[in-house]
Amino acid sequence: MSAEASPPGRPPGRVAILGAIRRHLRRGALPEDQAAMLRARLAAHPRHLIPARSRLSRAGQVALFIANVEKEFGSVARLADARAVPGAIADYLAQQNLPSEIVMAPHPELREIPWAERPLLKLRAGRAEASDLVSLQQGFAAIAETGTLMLPAAPERPTTVNLLADTALVLLRASRIVGAYEEAWDLLRAERRDPLTGGFMPRNVMLVTGPSRSADIEQTLELGAHGPRRLHILLLDDDEAARATPESVPK
Amino acid sequence: MLSTSPAFKENAHKAIADVGLQKALTRTKPHFQGRRAKAVEALPEFERLREIGRDIKNHTLANLDFYLETWAGNVERAGGQVHWCATADDARAAVLGICERVGAKTVTKGKSMISEELGINEHLEQHGITPVETDLGEYILQLRREPPSHIIAPAFHLNREDWEESFRRAHTDLPADRVFRERRDILTEARAKLRARFLAADVGITGANFLIAETGSSVIVTNEGNGDLTQTLPRVHIVLASIEKMVPTLEDATNMLRLLARSATGQDFSVYTTFSTGVRREGDLDGPEEYHVILLDNGRSAMLGTEFQDMLRCIRCAACMNHCPVYGVVGGHAYGWVYPGPMGAVLTPTLIGIDQAGNLPNASTFCGKCESVCPVKIPLPKMMRHWREREFERHLTPGAVRTNLALWGFVARRPGLYRLATRIGAGVLGWLGRRRGRLSRFPFAGGWTAGRDLPTPEGETFFARYASEQRGKRGRA
Repeated sequence: MSAEASPPGRPPGRVAILGAIRRHLRRGALPEDQAAMLRARLAAHPRHLIPARSRLSRAGQVALFIANVEKEFGSVARLADARAVPGAIADYLAQQNLPSEIVMAPHPELREIPWAERPLLKLRAGRAEASDLVSLQQGFAAIAETGTLMLPAAPERPTTVNLLADTALVLLRASRIVGAYEEAWDLLRAERRDPLTGGFMPRNVMLVTGPSRSADIEQTLELGAHGPRRLHILLLDDDEAARATPESVPK
Repeated sequence: MLSTSPAFKENAHKAIADVGLQKALTRTKPHFQGRRAKAVEALPEFERLREIGRDIKNHTLANLDFYLETWAGNVERAGGQVHWCATADDARAAVLGICERVGAKTVTKGKSMISEELGINEHLEQHGITPVETDLGEYILQLRREPPSHIIAPAFHLNREDWEESFRRAHTDLPADRVFRERRDILTEARAKLRARFLAADVGITGANFLIAETGSSVIVTNEGNGDLTQTLPRVHIVLASIEKMVPTLEDATNMLRLLARSATGQDFSVYTTFSTGVRREGDLDGPEEYHVILLDNGRSAMLGTEFQDMLRCIRCAACMNHCPVYGVVGGHAYGWVYPGPMGAVLTPTLIGIDQAGNLPNASTFCGKCESVCPVKIPLPKMMRHWREREFERHLTPGAVRTNLALWGFVARRPGLYRLATRIGAGVLGWLGRRRGRLSRFPFAGGWTAGRDLPTPEGETFFARYASEQRGKRGRA
């Protein structure tokens, strides 16, 4: 249902705004053939120019992703497989002098990790609360072009896990790193069905590039404004092609 | 927000004499310009992306009614509500209506220039609801009860001592003798204070950088994460968006996003670029239960089909003000309303009237830098000229200016007289400055010569020189 702001004596907002637009464009509602062309454009959602920088081999794209994450003050640990995750997390938390209590997104990929090998890690699966210091999220995909994670909301991937903890850990499979944003949108279009709309778009999609920051005080960059101060990515090398030597070390 | 744009000249004088502001301007300029230049240089396709960005926006504006209806249908399918607000009054009433219906006591807010345009904070306060700005810059401005001076760096005009002083005055529950050793301590204190606000808020209000017709999404772009906490934690999310934020598809939005951060802060991409589509889904553990978009026109539709239509392409990156020599000297407050700099000089007269804002399109050197850095190639200087013409037509231009313009026009339309007058002028000035080549005082130009000398002509007029060079060329041919 559409709410109409309609003070007495004036047409409802929707009628007023659409009418004003058409009047100033000097036409009525679009004729059906033109509307059909626009609907076809929406259905085709054509890509525009994609910068060449991410057109690399698989290994090159992974290397570019890592370089860009680090440029944006994040960090990456490359791991052979899921069995290496508990140890890598325990080591990272010890290095950073952080507690070993973690709120974890209730994602099957995270649940299947053999946590029992590191009994000192205390995990809670669910949404994050303001008191959580460390969180672990599952990465849906990532974009090499700018070192960006794509984190669509879902019951198994709560948004609060991206935001509330001081230290955000993200598990990402190397096979999910793509070159450009457009390729990540294609993954979302192909793989997701929204229970409410029947479309692919979830309630929330966050594209995250590095840890939270602000330059509001004298234009000087400080990390950890309202979101995480640290962003650490655990990158699982599940992509054979990505393990080759990259063609060039990207800037 | 009340406008002080009619007092631009006095505002500018005060700004130039403001030591703290001048310190901030000097500190900031190399950051604003240098960071953008570096990011643009690193992306060889940038120029082509600007052209595509311009074309996407032009296509959307030409079909804006279609895309708004498509978008609204998709918002509603995702459980959201669109509030079509033709005027600022409608929009304020819609926001207040939602807040009152859900019994809101406090409302957290992400950064939104539409919110400034509407004066939402004052409106909520008058009705007993407490708004809390959560963007760090907006937060301190709210403590100081000041408007923003820049559309993306709202508190750039403040210096560190201002931050410390305001925090000590506002956070009286903390020890008065605490020390802020570094900027990070100021940030940490704000983070702790605002965390509690995020958790207590009943409603979260954000702006929108884009609306996407294809999916019914609104997009916000932030570095702090405050916008995301604002729209994730409270039960109700309200988006404030004006009609021209529309783009058709995710691919179109992606092109605009490649331009936005680079033009704004010189980042390749902002930290958080977030697409919101409707309400919390079944099984979701977080997210708002209500999603409202306040869709604001407030004079924008009347720009369509006019010489100001191109202004609706603006994506609010602030590159124009960051590169403007006038903004660089007077800062943002002097412009007297919500939108400063070149984009404000064009937009403000359409939104509050040329009679109020006539000074702004005159506050330009016409150097053209704003247009050259605009990510969607808005011809800002040309539109400022259109405003000057309208101001003149409506007899709003001051009498002395009109008289001088009429005099100049009389001479300029008579080429023989014009050449004679310029020859005499150049001769007299050249003779006056024959020793030093410049004058430190000149009648009726005291304002100009107070800060610098006037160089005097050396020799003949442009016309005379051009004519003799043409003769020379023909002689050679």
